[in-house]
Amino acid sequence: MDPTGQVGQGLKSLIITAFGLMLIVVIPVIVMTILFAWKYRGTNLAAKYTPNWEHSNIIEVFVWAIPCVIIFFLAVLTWQTSHTFDPHKPIASEDETMTIDAISLDWKWLFVYPEEGIATVNELAIPVDTPVHFRVTSGTVMNSFMVPTLGSQIYAMAGMANDVYLEGNETGTFRGRSTHYSGEGFSEMLFDTHVTSDADFQAWVDKVKQSPETMTFPDDYDKLAKPSIANPVEYFSQVSPDFYGDLIKSYKAGHGGTDSHDEHNEARESSMPMSAQAAE
Amino acid sequence: MFGKLSLDSIPFHEPIIMVTVAAIALGGAIVVGLITYYRKWAYLWTDWVTSIDHKKIGVMYFLVALVMLVRGFADAIMMRTQQALAAGGAEGYLPPHHFDQIFTAHGVIMIFFVAMPMVIGLMNLVVPLQIGARDVAFPFMNNLSFWLFAVGMILVNLSLFIGEFAKTGWLAYAPLSELRYSPDVGVDYWIWALQLSGIGTTLTGINFFVTILKMRTKGMTLFRMPIFTWTAFCTNVLIILSFPILTVTIALLTLDRYLGMHFFTNDMGGSQMMYVNLIWAWGHPEVYILILPAFGVFSEVIATFTKKRLFGYKTMVWATAAITVLSFIVWLHHFFTMGAGANVNAFFGIMTMIIAIPTGVKIFNWLFTMYRGRIQFTTPVLWTIGFIITFTLGGMTGVMLAVPGANFVLHNSLFVIAHFHNVIIGGVVFGMMAGFTYWFPKAFGFTLSEKWGKRSFWCWLIGFYVAFMPLYALSFFGAMRRMQSYEQSEWQPLMIVAWFGAVIIACGIACIVIQLVVSIRDRDKNRDLTGDPWDARTLEWSTSSPPPNYNFAYLPDVASIDSYWEMKQQPGGFKRELATKFEDIHMPKNTAEGPIMSLFALFFGFALIWHIWWLVGLGAIGMFVTFMFRIFNNDTDYHVSAAEVEKTEREYHKRLEMQA
Amino acid sequence: MATDTIKQHDAHAHDGHEHHDAGAMKVFGFWIYLMSDLVIFGTLFATFGVLATATAGGPTSQEIFELPFVLVETFLLLISSFTFGLAVLAQNAGDRGAVLKWLAVTFLLGAGFISMEIYEFHHLIAEGAGPDRSAFLSAFFTLVGTHGLHVTFGLIWIAIMFFQISKRGLDSVTMPRMLCLSLFWHFLDIVWICVFSFVYLIGAM
Repeated sequence: MDPTGQVGQGLKSLIITAFGLMLIVVIPVIVMTILFAWKYRGTNLAAKYTPNWEHSNIIEVFVWAIPCVIIFFLAVLTWQTSHTFDPHKPIASEDETMTIDAISLDWKWLFVYPEEGIATVNELAIPVDTPVHFRVTSGTVMNSFMVPTLGSQIYAMAGMANDVYLEGNETGTFRGRSTHYSGEGFSEMLFDTHVTSDADFQAWVDKVKQSPETMTFPDDYDKLAKPSIANPVEYFSQVSPDFYGDLIKSYKAGHGGTDSHDEHNEARESSMPMSAQAAE
Repeated sequence: MFGKLSLDSIPFHEPIIMVTVAAIALGGAIVVGLITYYRKWAYLWTDWVTSIDHKKIGVMYFLVALVMLVRGFADAIMMRTQQALAAGGAEGYLPPHHFDQIFTAHGVIMIFFVAMPMVIGLMNLVVPLQIGARDVAFPFMNNLSFWLFAVGMILVNLSLFIGEFAKTGWLAYAPLSELRYSPDVGVDYWIWALQLSGIGTTLTGINFFVTILKMRTKGMTLFRMPIFTWTAFCTNVLIILSFPILTVTIALLTLDRYLGMHFFTNDMGGSQMMYVNLIWAWGHPEVYILILPAFGVFSEVIATFTKKRLFGYKTMVWATAAITVLSFIVWLHHFFTMGAGANVNAFFGIMTMIIAIPTGVKIFNWLFTMYRGRIQFTTPVLWTIGFIITFTLGGMTGVMLAVPGANFVLHNSLFVIAHFHNVIIGGVVFGMMAGFTYWFPKAFGFTLSEKWGKRSFWCWLIGFYVAFMPLYALSFFGAMRRMQSYEQSEWQPLMIVAWFGAVIIACGIACIVIQLVVSIRDRDKNRDLTGDPWDARTLEWSTSSPPPNYNFAYLPDVASIDSYWEMKQQPGGFKRELATKFEDIHMPKNTAEGPIMSLFALFFGFALIWHIWWLVGLGAIGMFVTFMFRIFNNDTDYHVSAAEVEKTEREYHKRLEMQA
Repeated sequence: MATDTIKQHDAHAHDGHEHHDAGAMKVFGFWIYLMSDLVIFGTLFATFGVLATATAGGPTSQEIFELPFVLVETFLLLISSFTFGLAVLAQNAGDRGAVLKWLAVTFLLGAGFISMEIYEFHHLIAEGAGPDRSAFLSAFFTLVGTHGLHVTFGLIWIAIMFFQISKRGLDSVTMPRMLCLSLFWHFLDIVWICVFSFVYLIGAM
């Protein structure tokens, strides 16, 4: 566990704190178990034996009070950190928050940069020390968007607008992935996250803009949405305005996307025996 | 004629499956051959299949559970092997469509067809004896419950070689389990296996709820009930309140898949979030359905083998009741990352932690039962001590997961896998194994081999830590659950360690099998002639082992907790005296209607999976007609004559005298 | 299946001095079953509540519910509950003929209710407002249909009781079954009142 974003760092220390608090009760319990088992072994006739002793108010008070006190502290911690680390809460920063849409498909990630007007598949770039507002949805089954070193994950669900605020504080390339099992290609639903300087980020945006491909909704989207495993990185120099909103709306209005059910079914069905054969 | 079913449905091209099927077929043929050779079919039918005796039904549940434990474990070791191999670009030996079925089947089998039947089996065997009853409230229904459960088990196993099983994970999250994304029969197998066995479970819940409330012997007030009965009671409350939610959830998914409805679809207004909420509104109580009876076993075992009263009986009862209530208001902690607001997440996180309080109290009570006792380190006690330590660690990681902030990074990772195996193996499995060793002599009249029992315990304990501690560690490097392969070759060493742990657990399972074989071979040396091999405390030990089918010639009078122990403490001790006068005992008759109805239910379920509509009709009509037979059958009970009771009791006393 | 399995179990120890009255235990067990059935309906109501507005561009509740029609259905069922009560009173008086008579009347009223429901469903499906049109309609058909299915099972049960009572009269087997059936029938009535209030009345407004 080696966080490179402030959210991730905060969560790491939270985990360590909770772990430490729990140890206050866990260690004595384990010690007592071993100690009592040893001391009151049947062969140790020297130890005191009270066959009818079954109640003690003092012990009762302690066994209720100790867990209560620890859980009280944990509850306070939980309440506070649930708000501090609320994924929907913007990160306070001098820099302006940028927006990126993360859309899970079978079995790849489509990233749309609405402000830059570009899109990519399976590659994410963000400027360092800049809060990013990820708007997360799905064009298929439930997935979960996560870059482990940056921090929190959040579910991607079709027709639902979800979001998470993250920030990268160290430059470098980090793996991101879907953490929620979504079918055959789930294991390889991975992407690189480049946390770069502002200048490098701009250069990357320019590189994407060189691409001859575009990402319109629904035409280009429907082609991309067909199931594929370990899809290579793709760049799109243009994207429809409000691509994210249109995708979500398409589910609310009725059938999601525009592709027919049968077509998707066939694609998903036919992808399976193929890979099965390939693996043999 | 055969719906979607054709010869192509059998996976001839999958060598792993075909070899498995061949092995099962061979094993099955041997069993069938032996039964035929020894002419045991009639005996099986009249004494077991059609039996309404709660003790025999309990034994059948447990036997099925042990067999399914082997099946579920085979899945486990295949997964561990795959993950030990498929590192850094390697594909391993299981393609995704096979690996995905295996982890789904593993979860489904271990929860529904191993843990549940173990719990229900022990409940069947023990509860009526502990409360001084001669049977359960509704014996026919009890038999039917078992066979409906068996139908679910058969369907899951059929999926191995006819068609395929679900590739959705054990809870079949929608929309992945919807027709659009899972067009094959796998999810349908999942649906009908769980639906039919789930109905059986609900019936069991009602049956034991009524049994415990209405059939206690004279003097056994609620607060004199043995703790195992208390935990069984709370478990049945949970079953009655939560299994109908599962029934509805699966039914709605069925309607989506079969009639094109839109409960959980992505489009047309369906709500996948509702599926997740519903399935966990059942799913969380379910884990307490499993763990509470295990707590009950530990309480009985620890009091018996420390030769001491259970510390804080009332606290135990109230802690159990508190857990029962709280288990219904924590389900959202399974999906903090769905995006609910901070207040909602915090509420459910804190509720979850509050469960740790009564659970912690229970742990302390077991410790203080050991305190100033005379502990005999029998196999059940080893399981109990192993449980206290392992479960405490599992509880700790559970509380960590209950902090929403921590959950945002730990969710879906191997941390979750390690956590719930930590509590399910360390809690439920250890508890059921303790109960198995503890009550085995009551069911069969001889004790199990201590040597092999202890070997099994050490293998399980060490195997558990070797298998799952690496998974905790891996989760901190970003390893997720349900990965068929992974890029990071640096994870491989720990994955291999985990594989090795699974192998140690395999030795533990082998020890259980050897333990059974050795103990059956040496049964004459290990006879329990008194009915009370452990010098125990509760009523089930006051009758012979195995008990006569009517359990008690005379129903006992109870004046305290640990009533049998108190009787033994009377001046002069407890005398197993032969009564001078016997009475007729009224008992229910064995019946074939339960297994026959369930056979039709099997046709019904199988036909629905494969869309063989005429067979669906046949199954439904068959169930109805059999049921009508039951309703119009007046010959449902009989009297064990006083003379026969006397004969049975005299034989028991002869054995007692011979031993004395 | 669960519905009908419950009412049937072994008459255990009905003359046993050691046990409680078997008939009373059956009725108690049936109460517990009804509680689990209540959870089923509760879950379906919750589902309907979540999906009530998820019409996906299809017809809304205001467009498809016809209150006067449903009101007639409601009265049929309410009256049938009353007539079943009369059957139980007749049973308490030991009057087999009257029990059979009121069972028959109850059956006819229940069958009328079911016929109207089938007509309503058929009408909606023909209009293109079937259960596959939207999540709202899925939830509506499933909730109301589950109740209808229960009533249908109740009708079959009434028919069986009619046959059984005319064959063997009012005895220790048939009387507890009648009590269970009466609980079942009144239970369905209460569920229907909830359906009428929360689904139809609120939906039509």
